[in-house]
Amino acid sequence: MIDNKNNFKKVAMATAIAAVTAFTSMSAFSAAHPVTGEELATDQSYTYRLLDGIPTIDPQLVEGVESSVVVRDLFEGLLNQDDLGNNVPGVAKSFDLSEDKKTYTFHLRKSNWSNGDPVTANDFVYAWRRAVDPKTASPYSWYMEMMAIKNGAAVIKDKMDPKELGVKAIDDYTFEVTLEAPLPYFPGMVTHTTTFPSHQATVEKFGKDWTRPENIVGNGAYTLTSWTLKEKNVRERNAKYWDNANTILDKVTALVINDENQALIRFKAGDLDKTEIPAGQYPSMKKSNPSEAYSFPRLCNYYYTFNLSDSGPEAFKDVRVRKALSYALDRNVIVNNVTKGGQKPAYTFTPAATASFEVPAVDYASWTQKDRDAKAKELLAAAGYNKENPLKFDMIYNTDEAHKKIATVISQMWKQKLGVNAVLANQEWKTFLDTRKKQAFQLARGAWCGDYNEASTFLDLVTTQAGYNHGKWVNKEVDQLMAEAKTSATPNVNYTRVEQIMAEEMPVIPVYHYAGVYMIKDTLKGWPVKNVQQTIYSRTFYKTAK
Amino acid sequence: MFSFIVRRTLSSIPTILILILISFALMRLAPGSPFSTERGLPPEVLANLEAKYGLNLPWYEQIYTYLRGIIFEFDFGPSFKYKDRSVNDILAQGFPVTLTYGIWSFVVAVAVGIPLGIAAAVKHNTKFDYAAVGFSIGAQVLPNFVMAPILVIIFTLWLNWLPGGGWNGGQWQYLIMPIIALSTSYMASIARITRSSMLEVLHSNFIRTAKAKGLPTSSIILRHALKPALLPVISYLGPAFVYMITGSVIIDIYFSTGGMGQFFVDAALNRDYSLLMGVTIVFGVMTILFNAIVDITYAWLDPKIRL
Repeated sequence: MIDNKNNFKKVAMATAIAAVTAFTSMSAFSAAHPVTGEELATDQSYTYRLLDGIPTIDPQLVEGVESSVVVRDLFEGLLNQDDLGNNVPGVAKSFDLSEDKKTYTFHLRKSNWSNGDPVTANDFVYAWRRAVDPKTASPYSWYMEMMAIKNGAAVIKDKMDPKELGVKAIDDYTFEVTLEAPLPYFPGMVTHTTTFPSHQATVEKFGKDWTRPENIVGNGAYTLTSWTLKEKNVRERNAKYWDNANTILDKVTALVINDENQALIRFKAGDLDKTEIPAGQYPSMKKSNPSEAYSFPRLCNYYYTFNLSDSGPEAFKDVRVRKALSYALDRNVIVNNVTKGGQKPAYTFTPAATASFEVPAVDYASWTQKDRDAKAKELLAAAGYNKENPLKFDMIYNTDEAHKKIATVISQMWKQKLGVNAVLANQEWKTFLDTRKKQAFQLARGAWCGDYNEASTFLDLVTTQAGYNHGKWVNKEVDQLMAEAKTSATPNVNYTRVEQIMAEEMPVIPVYHYAGVYMIKDTLKGWPVKNVQQTIYSRTFYKTAK
Repeated sequence: MFSFIVRRTLSSIPTILILILISFALMRLAPGSPFSTERGLPPEVLANLEAKYGLNLPWYEQIYTYLRGIIFEFDFGPSFKYKDRSVNDILAQGFPVTLTYGIWSFVVAVAVGIPLGIAAAVKHNTKFDYAAVGFSIGAQVLPNFVMAPILVIIFTLWLNWLPGGGWNGGQWQYLIMPIIALSTSYMASIARITRSSMLEVLHSNFIRTAKAKGLPTSSIILRHALKPALLPVISYLGPAFVYMITGSVIIDIYFSTGGMGQFFVDAALNRDYSLLMGVTIVFGVMTILFNAIVDITYAWLDPKIRL
């Protein structure tokens, strides 16, 4: 947990200093950064590459990382994250937690929508009810369910009216949320876009068209000025934003460029300030543009999951086989010679970068690869597989060049070290999801990016009930540990134990933990490289004069 | 002639209906759903989504509602993926883009291809002819997904003359590279067909007669040889035109034009049923329409077809 009070104070202080500095140096505003003193560029516009069109920017309907970036520019929730991922005030100046830890009271600041209307607690009540209303059919209503808001689940199941949701506007600037049960990481969850306010009058007047540039009303640092699907999305400074005085960047443009190599050419041509580096090209980019090529840890894992359900192969039910395959996988070869982008070899399911997560000492992580290989051979032989009776299975991944390379290398390692014959097959994304969900696979690729910065966002996935537990691994102890962790004061003890059980049982083979691998222009400052969730707020960026 | 046009048009209607039914069936048979995601939605959330988009209804009711919407209201329904757009909105955005670069590419391909073919035929077995044939073969084997990045490297990265992508409402600077990338291989085919057909015509008796009469070469080519030489070209241009205006996913991907080609492919990958149906129907109708126009033109040119 984060000490919110302290953080709030610090931020408030910094904001005040920045505001005063900005005010006193108004004339020199375009020349120097109010805090760092760096010389600012006259053109404060930032252009970045988008992989694909933004499907929607309606806060309650939005899905996906890239769309959320746009929503965080156009709207603001109760709390924001700072560049380390800590919670800082957003529309809420502060909040209190009741004695029984089930009622949060948020105290809102006086701020305005882009049309001049005040942002009130009622806007949050409206948005939160809208998010759970079956009529909205928000694909992210499950997130609201996870927030454990009183009656949330019943409303989503259409068994209760959205008005019964445990949210209330005590007055215009006091918003109260009642939970079903205490949830220690609840404050962090309100930095998520699904919980952002929406402007009722606009939504009701324009229906689905309310998010068009000509109609939209937001409360974020930017307003939408142009949006063409699969071409571009342009946001410009919102003069009515409460912290507009501290915003330096004037304009944000997202250009859709589907092909990442094409995007890299556009970056080199000076069209983009930021783009992703295609897999395997980080070392060469680092060499040619050392100050612009970045790699930093992300809150995502990459693994292969065994099908342990009845439809899975008999061989995988033997833990020795699962361990042998995991041990024989040389993760260093994958990260150093295949992905080459600063990814970290994974021996645990949860990435080390996860907030307050201490990586537990799992045995095989500390061995040398030589030891692991020897152990793998021993285990596989003990399980009864050898040259005469070789282990054979199918291994699937979703169609993608990078996944293909990794799968090929892994299967070669197994072939050479253990004589195992893994047959590779790729599937188009939706087919792949279907195959995995129906347990119609033997070994399948999996990956997960944390929804919030806490280990349970990963470890909940291996509980029996989890929809994402495609391997159908069942471990009662893990279920119990994860259930306890929800309310425990020391959840890390539970997480450590779960990781240790996973190392003993090996229901999945962790491969690596992701890195964000980007090209970022020298002149673009303020990228939150230390925020592992990559929660981006464009208003924190600025451009310096070269 | 009139009855031929009526017959030809009426026979298109069952074709379109069959197209709709087959696409509908194929789409539903594909594994996966528009709402399947990495995480997988809880059943209650999935149920809400299915109710909103009418997927909870029996299939015959879905198709009935769908067809009724299209026929009576020209409404292709909401997009499953682009949640704040209807399919009509997306078609209205993407089609003008695709039509613009498609028609321009067609014009360029014809305007360059035909004269090039004629000139090569007239200057048969000269260096010019070899160069033209060389260009045609080269341009035809160079796929546009190779050409597109090369163009961007040359004109954007090195020369800095043209924007590397985007559409910007169809400003001319944004049009040039997509048009070059899309038209080149068609241009090459048109040049080759024109050349060989022209060569054949130039060796025929009536041309020899014209030459013997002492007519000037330009008059022989333009007044006598051109018309018969163009017949095979026209039969190629019909389908080529449809291909060009129904969009190219490659052009859309490499130049971020926001055209229909990429929407079409992505709709299939996303299982965006309504968008996929909408684009299929519009592309289908256009293909059928232009085939009908080509047939009618042919019938007009050649009365033997009007049977």
